[in-house]
Amino acid sequence: MSADYTVPEPVPFATTTAGRDRVTADLSHVARTPGVIKPDAIVVADQVTRHFGGMTAVDVAHLEVQRGAITALIGPNGAGKTTLFNLLTGFDRPSTGTWSFDNRSLSGVSAARVARSGMVRTFQLTKALSRMTVIENMRLGATHQPGENLFTALVPPLWRAREKEITEQAEELLARFKLDAKRDDYAGSLSGGQRKLLEMARALMSRPTMVMLDEPMAGVNPALTQSLLGHIQSLREDGTTVLFVEHDMHMVRHISDWVVVMAEGRIVAEGPPEDVMADQAVIDAYLGAHHDTDLGDDALLEDGIERLEAKEQNR
Amino acid sequence: MDWTRILVNTAGEIFAPTTAAYALAAIGLNVHFGLTGLLNMGQAGFMLIGAYGFAISTIAGWPLWAAVLVALAAAALFGLLLGIPTLKLRGDYLAIVTIAAAEIVRLVGRSTALTELTGASSGLRGNSYKHTFQDASPFADGTVALGPFEYSMNASNSWWIRIVGWGLVALTCLLIWLLIRSPWGRVLKGIREDEDAVRSLGKNVYSYKMQALVLGGVIGALAGIVYVLPRAVQPDSMGRPMTFFVWTILLLGGAATVFGPLLGSIIFWVSLMFIKSVMRVGVPESIMRTEQIEQFGWVIVGVTLMVLVIFRPQGILGDKKELAIDVR
Repeated sequence: MSADYTVPEPVPFATTTAGRDRVTADLSHVARTPGVIKPDAIVVADQVTRHFGGMTAVDVAHLEVQRGAITALIGPNGAGKTTLFNLLTGFDRPSTGTWSFDNRSLSGVSAARVARSGMVRTFQLTKALSRMTVIENMRLGATHQPGENLFTALVPPLWRAREKEITEQAEELLARFKLDAKRDDYAGSLSGGQRKLLEMARALMSRPTMVMLDEPMAGVNPALTQSLLGHIQSLREDGTTVLFVEHDMHMVRHISDWVVVMAEGRIVAEGPPEDVMADQAVIDAYLGAHHDTDLGDDALLEDGIERLEAKEQNR
Repeated sequence: MDWTRILVNTAGEIFAPTTAAYALAAIGLNVHFGLTGLLNMGQAGFMLIGAYGFAISTIAGWPLWAAVLVALAAAALFGLLLGIPTLKLRGDYLAIVTIAAAEIVRLVGRSTALTELTGASSGLRGNSYKHTFQDASPFADGTVALGPFEYSMNASNSWWIRIVGWGLVALTCLLIWLLIRSPWGRVLKGIREDEDAVRSLGKNVYSYKMQALVLGGVIGALAGIVYVLPRAVQPDSMGRPMTFFVWTILLLGGAATVFGPLLGSIIFWVSLMFIKSVMRVGVPESIMRTEQIEQFGWVIVGVTLMVLVIFRPQGILGDKKELAIDVR
């Protein structure tokens, strides 16, 4: 995307140009029903269940994730969001079910191979590698480093060139995530929010086609939240698919193109954020009646007191 | 008190074959624990496998290089066998399995059913397998004195074994120095910190852990060969205590460093020899007998390890920020 960009040649068909407008246009025709079929799905899951003893943590009949979109996965605690994440990324084995990513079946594939196929995840409890420096963390995220083989590792000329490329890419990402000043610090010395940023930047080192973020905003201060949101949106503009679990409804409303609601392991609602958050079932099960209002707002309190007083008078 | 003799004895430990053997074993363990975070509590098992592999194939008439290869291959196989069931599990399970496996090697070695092969509990006499190694020496036989140190050139506790032993230490140090700085070493460090994170970045954690276990074990087998060349293969002298000495050496010098194991081994054996030599002369027979002094030396080793873990968990050369054994 250079500055001296000239007007492109007109193409006969408006094919997949990435970005918000395209995704919104594609998803506008999709019905708002759980398990609905998407025009261009990157992930397709069928009959995925996971039992822990007698408890069913996940029971998803059908789920499709639109390519290039930012999809939010929300739901109450214990709804099975993280378990579904673990299943899709190979960190857990399902009791039943199959799913595919980019038209390749990924059921039963190991976590490392899922990541190599282009679906990279982050964790709810951040996994920064504390006793490695920030830049080493970043370099570890890169792929195709021949020096990661025991025998090539012994001959530095075989991997130095790639190492240089990796380092440049890492420094560029660090600058984008405003971590460049911390380049040579141990990751363990970073704050919680900075670790979240580092983990996300590290995941991007492999240039994934899909990023899975498990609660990217948990424990991040408001200023940093703004920049994280910006990074996630710029991922979409680059054509990367994002699926994230989040409890911060402002964030969900602000950046997601599509919202999937889970409760007790099932998908109970799906749709664009405005529609889903207006859905009475979702409000009852998860959001609560005052999800739109600031609970610290005194007006709310006064509103409640007035209602109580009105009730008193009605007696 | 004959201080000259004590000091010469003590200084001799700096480059003794045993010191080299323990340095090698600790370098191997460093690949396991320092780089990868694997708790191998059976390094003596790898050493004993190496010693048996070398001695038995030499006695069977195999040339030196083949016998060394047999020892290394046996250790690699042992590492694979240990790793297959345990490396999928989390750290502590490996510790339990390795300590048991090392004991199995020792107990099988000393069982009377295998007397033909291993000599059971009396082991294999040094003279039955030393000849190929001694014949490989390019030096003339005889005794050579270098300053106050006088050893035979090629026979049992020789200059030749010192040259080879320390040459191997130098080579493995170079190997570790290269690996620790390579992307391969970086993946291992990542695994040490958090395997799931490394897995999420697309690395085959199981395969890397296996490579580390086998590589460290093979270096351990090399240590076993160096250890038995100046003496005999005695299964009971290569049991659990040996593993713990190797651990003490590694933690003393500093895990995850290149020269930590080397420095640790020198300090360990020099101070042990110094304490024992001084006490043998200085403590009257009525208070402590010679064999009690021997035992007392090991008591001091135990106390040292405790003091070390409490006050300097990263070891002498270790970087506290990078690896301290109390934060796991």
